[in-house]
Amino acid sequence: MLDTIILVLDSTFRLSTPLLFACLAGLFSERSGIVDIGLEGKILGAAFAAAAAAYVFQSPWIGLLAGIMVSVMLALVHGYASISQRGNQVVSGVAINFLAAGLTVLLGQAWFSQGGRTPALSPATRFESITLPFADTLANVPVLGPIYANLISGHNILVYASFAAVPLTWWIIFRTRFGLRLRAVGENPSAADTAGLSVTLLRYRATIICGILCGFSGAYLSVAQGAGFIKDMSAGKGFIALAALIFAKWKPVNAMFTCLLFGFLDALAIRLQGQEIPGIGEVPVQVFQALPYVLTVVLLAGFIGRAIPPKASGIPYVKERT
Amino acid sequence: MGSVLCFSWGWGNAFETVYFESRNEIDAQVIDLIDQKGRATVAESNVPAIELIGVSKSFGPVQANKDIDLVVGKGSIHGIIGENGAGKSTLMSILYGFYHADSGTIKIDDKTTTIPDSKSAIAQGIGMVHQHFMLVDPFTVLENVILGAEGGALLKDGVANARRELKRLADEYDMTIDPDAVVGELPVGLQQRVEILKALYRGADILILDEPTGVLTPSEADHLFRILRVLRDQGKTVLLITHKLREIMDVTDTVSVMRRGEMVASRKTAETSMEELAELMVGRSVLLEVDKPEVEVGKPLLKVEGLNVRDDRGVLRVKDVSFEVRAGEVLGIAGVSGNGQSELLAALSGITRAESGKMELSGEKLDLSEAHDAAEMRTKGMSHVPEDRHRMGLVNKFAEYENSILGYHREPKYSKGMFLNKDAIRKEAKERIEKYDIRPPTTEMTAAKFSGGNQQKIVLAREIECNPDVLLIGQPTRGVDIGAIEYIHNRIMDMRAQGKAVLLVSVELEEIRSLSDRIIVMFDGNVVGERGPEATEQDLGLLMAGVNQEAAE
Repeated sequence: MLDTIILVLDSTFRLSTPLLFACLAGLFSERSGIVDIGLEGKILGAAFAAAAAAYVFQSPWIGLLAGIMVSVMLALVHGYASISQRGNQVVSGVAINFLAAGLTVLLGQAWFSQGGRTPALSPATRFESITLPFADTLANVPVLGPIYANLISGHNILVYASFAAVPLTWWIIFRTRFGLRLRAVGENPSAADTAGLSVTLLRYRATIICGILCGFSGAYLSVAQGAGFIKDMSAGKGFIALAALIFAKWKPVNAMFTCLLFGFLDALAIRLQGQEIPGIGEVPVQVFQALPYVLTVVLLAGFIGRAIPPKASGIPYVKERT
Repeated sequence: MGSVLCFSWGWGNAFETVYFESRNEIDAQVIDLIDQKGRATVAESNVPAIELIGVSKSFGPVQANKDIDLVVGKGSIHGIIGENGAGKSTLMSILYGFYHADSGTIKIDDKTTTIPDSKSAIAQGIGMVHQHFMLVDPFTVLENVILGAEGGALLKDGVANARRELKRLADEYDMTIDPDAVVGELPVGLQQRVEILKALYRGADILILDEPTGVLTPSEADHLFRILRVLRDQGKTVLLITHKLREIMDVTDTVSVMRRGEMVASRKTAETSMEELAELMVGRSVLLEVDKPEVEVGKPLLKVEGLNVRDDRGVLRVKDVSFEVRAGEVLGIAGVSGNGQSELLAALSGITRAESGKMELSGEKLDLSEAHDAAEMRTKGMSHVPEDRHRMGLVNKFAEYENSILGYHREPKYSKGMFLNKDAIRKEAKERIEKYDIRPPTTEMTAAKFSGGNQQKIVLAREIECNPDVLLIGQPTRGVDIGAIEYIHNRIMDMRAQGKAVLLVSVELEEIRSLSDRIIVMFDGNVVGERGPEATEQDLGLLMAGVNQEAAE
């Protein structure tokens, strides 16, 4: 029983990681007032670039770097459209999703001729699991041993990085000057403007951070969790991350728990696939896959308290006096 | 203290500067001169805090500021008065670096300077309290104050400093405030205080306030004026932008008048009068007092009983309100905006459904908790001039003639079969334009392009010409020029003289007092008291803050 629980929780961590990166990415963006439907596209673009670069240069780190670069570039496109040109942020985000979905397969086919995939990565060119100190020695201690050895230890470095990013994000958002200004432009850009701050610059910076975090998310999918890029491998994670962001009410620590919850539902779905649940029978896997969205809708309907987005979210800033 | 700068104004753009050697500093404080043209000249104290020379700004074909000259003395309260659209806000935006002047010179403390952005304005000691507060609602007072002046990459040290400094400022200027309160939860009067503290925290020596009293109760406004006087006595320079003559007379030392983008006159407040300022603002003489003849009061045309209204968030906004309005009577509803007046109007006019309440309209009984709509109320003889003409009174993108029939477009006289009879509509619109002096006199221009006063006249013409028994009218003169205010007030008096019942909702206490036969005051959804038009401003002001002195006695 304990083993089963640990196994499910262990995969919860692994499945939460890409969500968590993307959710924090969205948090930075939306806290600054830029709605980002394009998380999905950035993750996908990053996943492709990371896998391709990791294969070509035989290094997961170069892969990660390439993923981040591509994701930041897509983020800048979104930034240019929605900040500089004051375009509709949803439209721009959707365009990036389409662009990434099409371009990754096209380039993958052109470069590697494997039907849009990138070549399989050898273990040396992926992020490998890290065994924490004493994991093997402690494994035999009852209860705590397996938890430490199998649950806490044995993930790749990006998993740890994603969870480390949570307190870091909290600290940046709530304890630094940059964070204060970021929140201000997301709530009332005019207030920031009249205080002598550049709304444009602040929003671009937030967008770039968003791109970097999406880069991590994408690289995790293709170079850590998977071993190469597969068509549409982001599989809606960018959208689930957006749902998680709303569910978390745009707060970093909440975001972590929400992503863990959604990851857990995912892990459970995999675990219970094809299995009978006593009294209910076989539950279709789609039920679990739909749960994150169902929960978000329930939240938005006001059953779990109100989720109030940053006030200026999605509204391009036009400097004018009325 | 080498020289004194004196400033004289001609009617047009002519101006001249004259320098005097001061005999001593005390004499130098104020020197009055009459210039060769025989016009009053305003002399400022020693070096002016702000001097503008020939500042112009246009937006496309619209010249918002024409060759503006202005001198504001250090340590004085200087008022800038003018009608809406006279260019006051544009001028202040230039001073605060929001806009760039097309031409002209700006001098701060006698040094020629440029103000490319707000950051530069702040650095030069200019602080601004905007009409719409520039505050971040979910932030605390402290966070709002330090935004943009945090004093370090981490918030910790800056916050501690700011807390000390805020306490010092609050003590010095009698502006106590809880630094950890969330700004969005503070009443507007305190939010404004945060704005002032924000400017002072940044070291502002010149404080610009843009229409600061629009959202305040009279007592809050008085407190604000006290603070402004303290600021002046401490050597700060205050620029007060307003269209309210009373405020200019109450608090300023000197005043400049703007009209149609030009600076038309500058006066010492002690040497001018409301009448003169009004005339300068409008360009012709204006009757400030409304002529209110005796009218025979008839039977009640509108009776409201036990009205309760919830807003769409489920908050009870109107609480058990009852009143009646008789034929030939104007009932004024006073109160600070947001105390249930809007919800009251919406429920009476059939736009929203009340939770409970009965209404008797010209003898016909209606249950307001049932669904009604605005069209039905119109057919029953009640018309409505809504508070927000842009959102509810007009369709800004429609032409004047189309707006002139909104809500009445189903009437047979406007139709030709299933189509609109545009000729008939245009013909009637033309008659109304003439009758109501709507300018420019065109039926084809979109509503958005008319000035506030003329937009209001379009709505007023539509709602009065259908000859209703009961007229609901909300904020009839918000954003309307003095000249048009006079006109609108006279039309309301005409309705009264014709034996109609008028329910007037306004946040302008002066307006309520001069037009109404009876006044009821709303606070937090309740009617807290009823007074006659002779009630004092203090008494009404207290009622607006929820205090009923009469009842307490």
